Amino acid sequence: MKKTGAQIIMESLIQEGVEVMFGFPGGYILPFYDTLPQYPQLRHILVRHEQGAAHAADGYARATGKVGVCVATSGPGATNLVTGIANAYMDSVPVVAFTGQATRAFIGKDAFQEIDISGITLPITKHSYVAMDTATLARTVKEAFYIARTGRPGPVLIDLPRDVQLDQAEFSYPDRVNLPGYKIPTKGHPTQLKNAAKLINEAQQPLIIAGRGVVISGAFEELKQLAETAQIPVITTLLGIGCFPENHVLSYGMAGMHGSGYANKALDNTDLLIAIGMRFDDRVTGKISAFAPHAKIVHIDLDPAEIGKNVPVHVPIVGDVKAVLQAMQKMIESTQHIDWIKRLEGWRKQHPMTEIRDHSGLLPQYIIRQLYEATGGEAVVVTGVGQHQMWTAQHYLFHEPHTFISSGGLGTMGFGLPAAMGAKVGRPDKTVWCVDGDGSIQMTIQELATLVQDKIAVKIAVINNGYLGMVRQWQELFYERRYIATPISCPDFVRIAEAYCIAGRRVTQREEVRPAIEQAMAHDGPFLIDFKVEPEENVFPMVPPGAAVGEFIEFPKKEVSTWPRRSTP
Amino acid sequence: MATTKHTIVALVEDKPGVLNRVASLFRRRGFNIESIAVGHSEVAHLSRMTIIVNGTTATVEQVRKQLDKLIDVVRVSDITGENITVRELALIKVKAGSATRSEIIEIADIFRGNIVDVASDSLTVEITGDEDKIESMLKLLRGFGIKEIARTGRVAMVRGAIGAPAPEEKVARSHTKK
Ligand SMILES: Cc1ncc(C[n+]2csc(CCOP(=O)(O)OP(=O)(O)O)c2C)c(N)n1
Repeated sequence: MKKTGAQIIMESLIQEGVEVMFGFPGGYILPFYDTLPQYPQLRHILVRHEQGAAHAADGYARATGKVGVCVATSGPGATNLVTGIANAYMDSVPVVAFTGQATRAFIGKDAFQEIDISGITLPITKHSYVAMDTATLARTVKEAFYIARTGRPGPVLIDLPRDVQLDQAEFSYPDRVNLPGYKIPTKGHPTQLKNAAKLINEAQQPLIIAGRGVVISGAFEELKQLAETAQIPVITTLLGIGCFPENHVLSYGMAGMHGSGYANKALDNTDLLIAIGMRFDDRVTGKISAFAPHAKIVHIDLDPAEIGKNVPVHVPIVGDVKAVLQAMQKMIESTQHIDWIKRLEGWRKQHPMTEIRDHSGLLPQYIIRQLYEATGGEAVVVTGVGQHQMWTAQHYLFHEPHTFISSGGLGTMGFGLPAAMGAKVGRPDKTVWCVDGDGSIQMTIQELATLVQDKIAVKIAVINNGYLGMVRQWQELFYERRYIATPISCPDFVRIAEAYCIAGRRVTQREEVRPAIEQAMAHDGPFLIDFKVEPEENVFPMVPPGAAVGEFIEFPKKEVSTWPRRSTP
Repeated sequence: MATTKHTIVALVEDKPGVLNRVASLFRRRGFNIESIAVGHSEVAHLSRMTIIVNGTTATVEQVRKQLDKLIDVVRVSDITGENITVRELALIKVKAGSATRSEIIEIADIFRGNIVDVASDSLTVEITGDEDKIESMLKLLRGFGIKEIARTGRVAMVRGAIGAPAPEEKVARSHTKK
């Protein structure tokens, strides 16, 4: 029996195991929407801005490991997705985005709301389609999901002209894809595996740095086994957080610009760096010529283009992290690195991260600590971008993968609330906290309405410092405290929440922090806490831009103001 | 590090937008295309691109790997170091009067070029060869006054029975540090 293009898409989505999509309708995507009621198993969540739809799909994908789906109409609907698509691309998140498009005959004619969205998103998608034929739609959807999910994941866009959604064709869902140009490396080269194992077995001061690739590949057990067998300390990148339990004795936290002092010291001293599923981003390497100066580097990554891109390596291994670590297991000897671990413990004492100084005001670090204790480290925590993001990374200990969700590569303010929404939809069993900045949340605050309409019980902690804090910190340290365009006013967040029918409360004192968190979690439904924190608190340690990671600066501020001025964020 | 000219051959799916994807990638990554020639290959539905890029070995290796990641790119290889045949075709319209016409024809003959169009005040020469050959001929023709040039950019092929190496073989030759 023939089906319409829109029906074919719905049938295909069901075949792909899709349960939910985030979207916003409009003229050229109407046939798609009109078909939705025929498929009650597909839940549609109406966002308030398409950027929210893309971030929600992204948050959903990161929290579940499944493909997130977002939908928008043509023209402005499609362009509103762009930031969200770019965000997913930079952090390798599997998302499929559907956009409406003008009728085929109108394409290229500057028709109403006709925009070249596949052209606009060319450099920020893993692949894209303009579906010009209803008969091949099923194959297109199949390929899109396959490409988004496999290999190094990423966003795929399908542009749907209105008449392609309406035309009819036979539906049969292909069981295989035929993509001769799409290669997925698997196991890694045997010789290189041997070389890596030899280096690991011989190293005196080995160090593992793990990134999001470990999360994507699901290699938690394999990573733990490698670390424990050879007694190798583990540090992570920002997006690697959670891939190794942060309460494990071998965990030394996050490295890089706002990484722990001991993680960065370890990088500075290691003789063998085993980089797993990470890409040597400048925020983690600092000054590249001074990065891990004494180390040989083993780099395991699925994407061959990442090998040798930023840092030259001794042993390149192209393959799926999980498969590679499994293949290496038998070659790794059980060893101890007592002296090396002792040195690391020394640095941990010298540069403690977990201690929060005594202070009469409300410190953001204290709030994050309390959040950690109140949730037992079991919540999914989604952040905006800025100081609050770094404090969350530093002071909440993540025990499990998929529980720390943050915009790393693009650093997108406004990601927090919609991504938390997507995460909660994907993991209704989990407590989901959105830790947001007073600046960040104002970029996508309209999604509070979505939380209410679709009953999504996200708990929100606004770390309200009255500044675009991270930029203010740079102005304080490198621009002689010229706070230009960083003091930011905000509405009364508690009353805003109330206006959206969301419960909330304001916290100004230390003593209220824990009770407020408990109240939010006991509350049935979304809840917002407005934490009025110390306005000029800074994130430390900090590796100044252009410095080597070992040259981090620490509290107090006095030491800091002498640092020479450097470039902008 | 020294930059040199590299010859990259890519087999790509014959789909709308492929050239755009390739060009966009070069622009986005800051790689410079010196020339690009596209046409059908020996396989149906696959086109062959010959791309000339200027860069260090490391940059060009990045180009190759990034190209290889495009879904529509089936195979890419840097055949610079191989034993290859390289050809380019040029059409050159030269000013020619009764006094100079025979001299120009003579030059074309030496280079085994063809005269493909004759007008009262010009001659159009067609020449095929590697870049050096075309440059040498142009040098000689410049004195007569050149009205128009059209060049295809290079196409290249590995000599003998073996084709362009498969991408997997190249991956293994990765970098070593310091
Ligand atoms: C969309 C966007 N615009 C600008 C920036 C630059 N930026 C990075 S952090 C930051 C300040 C964030 O302020 P806020 O959300 O209040 O968080 P805080 O740093 O105060 O915790 C800015 C403006 C960005 N990352 N994203």
